[in-house]
Amino acid sequence: MTKTGFVVANLFRKKTRTILTLLSVIMAFLLFGLLQSVNHIFSAGPDFLGATRLISQARVSFTQPLPLSMLPKLEAIPGVTRVGYSQWFGGVWQENTPLIMFAVNPQRHHDIYPEWVMPEAQWQAFANTRTAMIAGKAIADKYGWKVGQKIPIASNIYPQKNGSKSWTFDLVGIFDGKDEDWKRRAALVYINHDYFDEANQFGSGRTNFYVLKLADGNKAAAIAATVDKMFENSPDETKTQTEKDFNVGFIKQIGDIGLIVRWILFAVFFTLLLVVGNTMAQSVRERVPELAVLKTLGFSDGSVLGFVLAEAGALCLIGGLIGMSLATLLGAVVEKGSGGQFALQVSGAVWTTGLLAIVLMSLAVGLLPALRAQRLKIVDALAGR
Amino acid sequence: MLSQIIAITGLNLKSIPQRWAPSLVIVVGLAGVVAVFTALLAMATGFESTLKANGRTDVAIVMRGGSDTELNSGMGRDATTLIKLAPGIRKGADGQPLAAAEMMVIAELVRQGDKANGANITVRGVEPASFALRPQLKIIAGRKFQPGLRELIVGHGVARAFQGAELGQTIRMRGSEWKVVGVFDAGDSHDSELWTDVGVAQTTFNRQGFSSVLAALDSTNSLATLKASLQADPRLSVDVQNEQDYFSSQTKQFRQQIGVLAGVVTLIMALGAIFAALNTMYAAVATRSKEIATLRALGFGGLAVLTSVMIEALVLALLGGVLGAVIAYALFNGFTVSTLGQNFTQVVFAFRVTPGLVGTGLVIALVIGLLGGFLPALRAARQPVTTALRGG
Amino acid sequence: MIKIRSVTKSYERGKQKVEVLHGLTLDVPQGDFVALMGPSGSGKTTLLNLIGGLDTPTSGEVSVGGERIDKLSGGQLAKWRSRNVGFVFQFYNLMPVLTAEGNVELPLLLTKLSSAQRKKSVAVALQLVGLADRAKHKPRELSGGQEQRVAIARAIVSDPQLLVCDEPTGDLDRTTADEILKLLQALNRDYGKTIVMVTHDPLAAGYAKRILHLDKGRLADQSGPA
Repeated sequence: MTKTGFVVANLFRKKTRTILTLLSVIMAFLLFGLLQSVNHIFSAGPDFLGATRLISQARVSFTQPLPLSMLPKLEAIPGVTRVGYSQWFGGVWQENTPLIMFAVNPQRHHDIYPEWVMPEAQWQAFANTRTAMIAGKAIADKYGWKVGQKIPIASNIYPQKNGSKSWTFDLVGIFDGKDEDWKRRAALVYINHDYFDEANQFGSGRTNFYVLKLADGNKAAAIAATVDKMFENSPDETKTQTEKDFNVGFIKQIGDIGLIVRWILFAVFFTLLLVVGNTMAQSVRERVPELAVLKTLGFSDGSVLGFVLAEAGALCLIGGLIGMSLATLLGAVVEKGSGGQFALQVSGAVWTTGLLAIVLMSLAVGLLPALRAQRLKIVDALAGR
Repeated sequence: MLSQIIAITGLNLKSIPQRWAPSLVIVVGLAGVVAVFTALLAMATGFESTLKANGRTDVAIVMRGGSDTELNSGMGRDATTLIKLAPGIRKGADGQPLAAAEMMVIAELVRQGDKANGANITVRGVEPASFALRPQLKIIAGRKFQPGLRELIVGHGVARAFQGAELGQTIRMRGSEWKVVGVFDAGDSHDSELWTDVGVAQTTFNRQGFSSVLAALDSTNSLATLKASLQADPRLSVDVQNEQDYFSSQTKQFRQQIGVLAGVVTLIMALGAIFAALNTMYAAVATRSKEIATLRALGFGGLAVLTSVMIEALVLALLGGVLGAVIAYALFNGFTVSTLGQNFTQVVFAFRVTPGLVGTGLVIALVIGLLGGFLPALRAARQPVTTALRGG
Repeated sequence: MIKIRSVTKSYERGKQKVEVLHGLTLDVPQGDFVALMGPSGSGKTTLLNLIGGLDTPTSGEVSVGGERIDKLSGGQLAKWRSRNVGFVFQFYNLMPVLTAEGNVELPLLLTKLSSAQRKKSVAVALQLVGLADRAKHKPRELSGGQEQRVAIARAIVSDPQLLVCDEPTGDLDRTTADEILKLLQALNRDYGKTIVMVTHDPLAAGYAKRILHLDKGRLADQSGPA
């Protein structure tokens, strides 16, 4: 036996009570892990996107298209190495599954997004085949698409010139992301803008977004300002921002998810504090004679405080670790099951916050009972006072 | 039997103050579960009722075929004229069909409390008939816009949730300035919109067409007539549905997502609460084992003991549930929030804590109380009388 | 070994000051086995607490093994206790969550002994009290007498010079009580442990080398074994 062994033995004094308390802690941290990762999706800026690309849209809204005639002007801006354009297709798979789908210029897109990894031959096919489409691995796997297939996709915005909203594309390539973050983003579909431009009923020569690749990311703010100034007071006023800010801004429109999550977690942890605190307090109360005996044996007041704190800590640690692990497991299951749509990843950052929460909780529930144990007078305790 | 139950329950409940700390655990735990559950669903209910309110079955909305939302729909003037002349549409006071062609455009405003990032908001270009079609819409401040001028009236949700959209202020859209001349209250999702004359909107935003036609039906069966007529016309490619169905589809995604979130969170919290309740009730039973054994020795039945312990658990759970409902109501009822609607524009809505929601919350509390109380109650009823009396 | 000089001990009960021991002076030579007797309220447990370093006197001196323990701080007393005293209580006060072995090992956690060394000492102590075969049992699986033996093993495992016993047979039947008292005698006679024992049972007191009577906080005349 060691001091640690002693602490753990005391933890299981009343097995049912400890297990039930542990289960409550596990539930609380399970929720914590899941909600915090949801929160991170909505608040953390996707840093991996970097600042070397700018997204330019119509100032009023990205649903308003911009004319392609802007392209040469954008390319002429110093510091801009490549310009691509991208139009929202409004793709729908099999009646009611929306797709993240854009009509782009293949060569330009390939140059601007080196993070998409696909055999060169497939990039060539994309550029050379009018009706070509390429899909991210996450999506292709989810719907069982294979290269060479003809994939029917409907658009809920653009009909073809014959009035039909059903389109068919040739899947010539499947791309994947260069690393974990990009792999997760590979749930997109791209088609050839030239074909789309010519074949849709609503006219040609327009795009929803311009993507500008920059030579130097530090110049991002300045170049963005240049673009917007260039088109100020024209019928096509622009709003240009880094790709990262664009994503964050979009997500922020969904609402203050962070606030909601914080409220829920507050309620949960407040209750948990009460539950575990009560258990610890009861446990110490019952053990007053034993604690006194420890002191008679020569354990100092400080070490008795330590024992009680360690017990509280062990309870919170075991429960917290199990809860967070369950959350990680569940998050991975959700992510797989939704084909990457719900990237519920219990990340390192969430784990760090979780460990911090475990420590704080241990202190909160253990401190008062531990102080009580520290202060108890041997003589009074033994006499039953 | 009943008198036994009442007697023991009375004893149990009276001794709660001595066990106030662990009993508080049940109350607070359940308050938490019910409060969170109620708040989350109040959000969904608020959103849904905002969108669905006044969705009528005697008004039809006609959009371009295959569009699931007004944003994606675009029809030319010829098409809208044809639509207005179709059979099944009620005539207005002036003898003309009571129908309005409307155009939806997106603008950007900055939300209250935000500094830079704008949020998308709906601008609706309307015709005079649009007002007649929406009798519930009232101008509550200022006046209606004048046709031909760049003037706006704003829904009261917009004025509340966004910056720069109050009466008298000027909004800049698409390189031009618009004056806010009035505030209206429609009691539904239109409260998140900016309204102006459709002609002015078309010229300013360089559009020729319309997003939708709203038409009053001359009877509830006319929907079928109107639909058949329009879909048979080779010059048109449209979808026809009544307003209520349209609004309902708009909220589906949000309702589903919130439903899932609320379900998962409540389930996990409920499990945690059950464990906490079990803990407390086991402890409660243990501290009173001598007392219970004495009662049994005196002749009180095991079932009476069981029932009385269950009642204790249920009373505490109910208290917690009521507390939770009160907290949710006090903190969240009427709380205004805005989020992304189906059109990628903001919808302003308020949380709504309905009696139905409160009822469901209380039921959840009782179920948790039942589950948390049963096993300990069983143990109390079954415990061998002699060992308990001896204190072993 | 134990020198008590003019020791008084008083408590505050609300506004009142209650003096439990009045200017006690006492000597206990090394290897002695003393029984302290007296009616309830006579202060015998209080005196025992002072001797064992569980409490400090209000005034006067308490020396054990040449060390002035009345001058030690709480923390120092704890250290001192771990090295110099073993306690045996009326209600055994074993840790219900530990086995007999675990209970006996507890005081050794305060030492620098390795795990292997600790195990050895525990085995020796349990052997001495005759409970080697019950080492892995928990207190609730032991009889009262066996629990008290474990307590005694715990009290001697770090080889203290002094054993302090507060009514060690108070909760035991006659036969078991005699066994325990014989064990204490053996520890005193064969291992030289100084024992101070509080008891209200004259038959128990008979096992000691001498009996002291306390009444109202003062020592009466000393008498030898009956």
